[in-house]
Amino acid sequence: MTVREVFDSMDWGTAPESRAEADAWLDGHGRAFGHWIDGKRQAPGDAFDVLNPATGEVLARVTQGTEAEVAAAVKAARRAQAAWAKRDGHERARVLYAIARGIQRDARLLAVLEVLDTGKPIREARDIDVALAARHFYHHAGHAALLDQTHPGAAPWGVCGQIVPWNFPLLMLAWKVAPALATGNAVVLKPAEWTPLTALAFADICDRAGVPAGLVNVVAGDGATGAALARADIDKLAFTGSTEVGRILRRDTAGRGIGLTLELGGKSPYVVLEDADLDSAVEGLVDAIWFNGGQVCCAGARALVQEGVADAFTAKLRDRMAKLRVGDPLDKSTDMGAMVHPEHKARVEALLARTSGDVHRGTAPDGCFLPPTLVTGLHGADPLMQEEAFGPVLAMTTFRTPAEAVQLANDTNYGLAGSVWSQDIDHALDIAPKIRAGVIWVNGANMLDAAAPFGGMKESGFGREGGVAGLGAYLRPARGPRLKAPAPRRAASGSASDPVDRTPKMYVGGKQARPDGGYTRAVTGPKGTVLGHVGVGNRKDVRNAVEAAEKASSWGSTTAHLRAQILFYLAENLSARRDEFVDRVAAQTGTEGAAEVDLAVRHLFRWAAWADKHDGRVVGVPMGGLALALNRPVGVVAAFASEESPLAGVAQIVGASMALGNRLVLIAPEHAPLSATDLYQVLDTSDVPGGVVNILTGDHAELAPHVAGHLGVDAVWSFSTAGISATIEREAAGNLKRTWVNDGRGRDWSAADDSPWLAAATEVQTVWVPFGV
Amino acid sequence: MRDETIQADPALARNEGIPFDRALVDAVRINTPAILRRAGTIAARRSVKKDHQAAWLARAVSMIDLTTLSGDDTPMRVRRLCAKALAPVRADLLEGLGLPDLRCGAVCVYGEMVPVAVDAVAGRIPVAAVSTGFPAGLSPLRLRLAEIEDSVAAGAAEIDIVISRRHVLTGDWQALYDETRAMRDACGAAHMKAILATGELGSLRNVAKASMVCMAAGADFIKTSTGKEGVNATLPVSLVMMRAIRDYGAMTGRKVGYKPAGGISKAKDAITYLALLKEELGDRWLRPDLFRFGASSLLGDIERQLEHHVTGRYSAAYRHAIG
Repeated sequence: MTVREVFDSMDWGTAPESRAEADAWLDGHGRAFGHWIDGKRQAPGDAFDVLNPATGEVLARVTQGTEAEVAAAVKAARRAQAAWAKRDGHERARVLYAIARGIQRDARLLAVLEVLDTGKPIREARDIDVALAARHFYHHAGHAALLDQTHPGAAPWGVCGQIVPWNFPLLMLAWKVAPALATGNAVVLKPAEWTPLTALAFADICDRAGVPAGLVNVVAGDGATGAALARADIDKLAFTGSTEVGRILRRDTAGRGIGLTLELGGKSPYVVLEDADLDSAVEGLVDAIWFNGGQVCCAGARALVQEGVADAFTAKLRDRMAKLRVGDPLDKSTDMGAMVHPEHKARVEALLARTSGDVHRGTAPDGCFLPPTLVTGLHGADPLMQEEAFGPVLAMTTFRTPAEAVQLANDTNYGLAGSVWSQDIDHALDIAPKIRAGVIWVNGANMLDAAAPFGGMKESGFGREGGVAGLGAYLRPARGPRLKAPAPRRAASGSASDPVDRTPKMYVGGKQARPDGGYTRAVTGPKGTVLGHVGVGNRKDVRNAVEAAEKASSWGSTTAHLRAQILFYLAENLSARRDEFVDRVAAQTGTEGAAEVDLAVRHLFRWAAWADKHDGRVVGVPMGGLALALNRPVGVVAAFASEESPLAGVAQIVGASMALGNRLVLIAPEHAPLSATDLYQVLDTSDVPGGVVNILTGDHAELAPHVAGHLGVDAVWSFSTAGISATIEREAAGNLKRTWVNDGRGRDWSAADDSPWLAAATEVQTVWVPFGV
Repeated sequence: MRDETIQADPALARNEGIPFDRALVDAVRINTPAILRRAGTIAARRSVKKDHQAAWLARAVSMIDLTTLSGDDTPMRVRRLCAKALAPVRADLLEGLGLPDLRCGAVCVYGEMVPVAVDAVAGRIPVAAVSTGFPAGLSPLRLRLAEIEDSVAAGAAEIDIVISRRHVLTGDWQALYDETRAMRDACGAAHMKAILATGELGSLRNVAKASMVCMAAGADFIKTSTGKEGVNATLPVSLVMMRAIRDYGAMTGRKVGYKPAGGISKAKDAITYLALLKEELGDRWLRPDLFRFGASSLLGDIERQLEHHVTGRYSAAYRHAIG
């Protein structure tokens, strides 16, 4: 085209970024890569092709990691970790800072490599992936420097296995590696087999930044390599990827006592109220669903638009779609590049083929590309409203009222992210925290920063990445001594001294309920004295208790002051009946019971204190406005109480759960349940609303799979002496509920060790509220 | 080419305005951070290179209202400006680009200078006159209207009026409408560009509301600034005004022009404005009948870039005639 012709047509033309430097780097390695283990590049072995999805060309051959190679990497990491953890925070900070500088130095190479490998547009790779990766190391250099002050006495897990996805290969690497190193861990990282190149290039950066040999290892390979890493002798596993694989990893790691964090899929709602800036909301969707071709776990994939503006909004959106440029990812003016892989493109198309909605498509070149796509006329049951497309496909439906918007937004198994658009502060800030998702953007989409915790609720996973909350995922919780199974107790002959049957029932929804099975069993003291009988709970009792807990959801939104008042009152009423509780503890444990009761009162007081003091934080993100990391209740918590401390332990569980707005299904200590059942009357007289605390009795091993398998339960804690930790973790995979289990270890129930309780009883929800100029 | 670039498209129906309706103002919703994000990323999202860049810069030249609005303007100064507007880029460079007839969109002068400018351009490009008590717009309405009539009578084809900022700041939209409507009537056949003086309106929301009211009152163009405010044209303000034009078009079927003025002095910035224009309003607006840059020093930078494009060498300012 001549200048004259363009003067008339005013076309964009092309603006290609050069790939010469990236090609030279690939050529320099002979386009064949082995792993990076113990600070050395390994010779290439059995390898697979790595493709440029935009052209189909083979970029390089990369070695498929074997079980032995994974083991060698873990061993190298183990060797390096001890010395690394001993270095002081400043020294670790300097290494992380050097990595950040290294990323900035190699920014262009990394960006172009990422484009070649993933097909994402160069603008995104340059301005988002690489820039945020460097930011992440800067931020965590700071955490390393401050760790002694922010987390005194904290210990790292040790060796962390980390599996990252193909959509943001370098950025997800940064999200995993930076906090691990900052807290004193070593890393074995497995990049996705479609996109391993920037992780291999990152090895060079580590080398030059003075990362000790073996501290960071990169083992490439497919899912089999990932499975080998999950099986290996690691202390913690961090995974970002699909919910399906996350579930498998949850099951496969159950009972091993290793840490696990999962950042999984989403189907995030994008709510547009009638008083929104519609043009800006349309532009926000470009960032929400067409960013990285929609291959984003937190993509705003479900647009929920208020009926009165739906037509106007759709018209504006379709105009905007027509202007999106899909094509050469290396072109600086490309909005959407290639899909990551032909197989993935086919998956997106297969899902799209199943929808019953009206499909509107933009345009895209032939090859591994998809056009921006809008699907309207959908109802809740359509596969596009429920299943993650992980592509440039926006599902749209309408709502009538803000309440209905919340209902639709939460009508999903996922809970990763959400957006709310409104110019009315009242509407926007009311709706934002009602969406059960880990990250909410008010009048925005896909804002990410190292200081802002990111991670899911519900089946979008657990654990946070970024900010102070993200550090917790890389610190090993304190562990008590190994628990001994309680000696079997045999009832001595004879019956309870009280001839009147006072067998307590279950406590469900604020009322006593007969056990569904109709069976009871004797509770004996240490000498075999029969102290009474309790019901034997079964799965239907679990069902009823969870149902009651679900119904009591308003507890989570009541004021912290009210929760404090009720907990103080509970403590006061327990105190008033001190003698009776002392006797009961003594009878069950054979110890002098006063200390246990006094401790229980102390615990309840302390949790009353916490109710209005577990504040969130305002997060220092580089943006005008506020980003808030809020501590939200987990929801319905089920907890197995410990024999070790039949009343104070129960008080810890009840207090922590209630103080932070959760509803509890407590399974009383198996062999010493009577202090828990005695609490019914205290709960009744203390204004605890029905359903906030429900108490079951029964056999822990029998109940564990039913409790952990119940899809209405959001978290399971176990302090049981029964060996049920593995069962709970395995069964929790069903809805990826949060678990906190003791792995057969005891704890000091007299300690005021509140931080793990605070962490277990809340989930961080990050709410971004941009405002101002 | 001259016809295509300089004359208004005869098919373009003029905006006659619509009756005042308070709902036009009440419906405005502007989210400032989102506007800033969009405006802040357009330059990174669109890159125009090589021949395309040269063509886009030439297009920018064809849409410049080459302007002199100074207390020390003299007839000779205005004649020099007109000569530059008619031959904005060195002839050898225009030959090299294959655009020998390239001219600016118009010249823009004070009312007093209209006769000189009309004589100098001799009908080859329009003369625009700033009017209505420019720049503050606080002389009596009677005089402001008379000023328009005088400029039109002297041959100005375009009148750049200034709005009464006080009506915006006090929320008296009816008064703004009535006054602008009266000015539009005074313009007659001449096209009216309504200067909002966005740097004095206090918020992007007010910019959007004032844009709507001026278009409803029959403005042919809406324009950001007089060049005399503390802050003149910016990308966020431009985005808000372009979107107002789009909404008004969807409502009435009429295309209203856009003129950012003041503060755009770099070739690179001009390309960013055109990229935003192409994205937000579409290709039709990339013509002088629907878009103008109000600028004086922008042309010099573009000339240097064009010389680089033609010769491969970076240029110096003194190699190009001053305007």
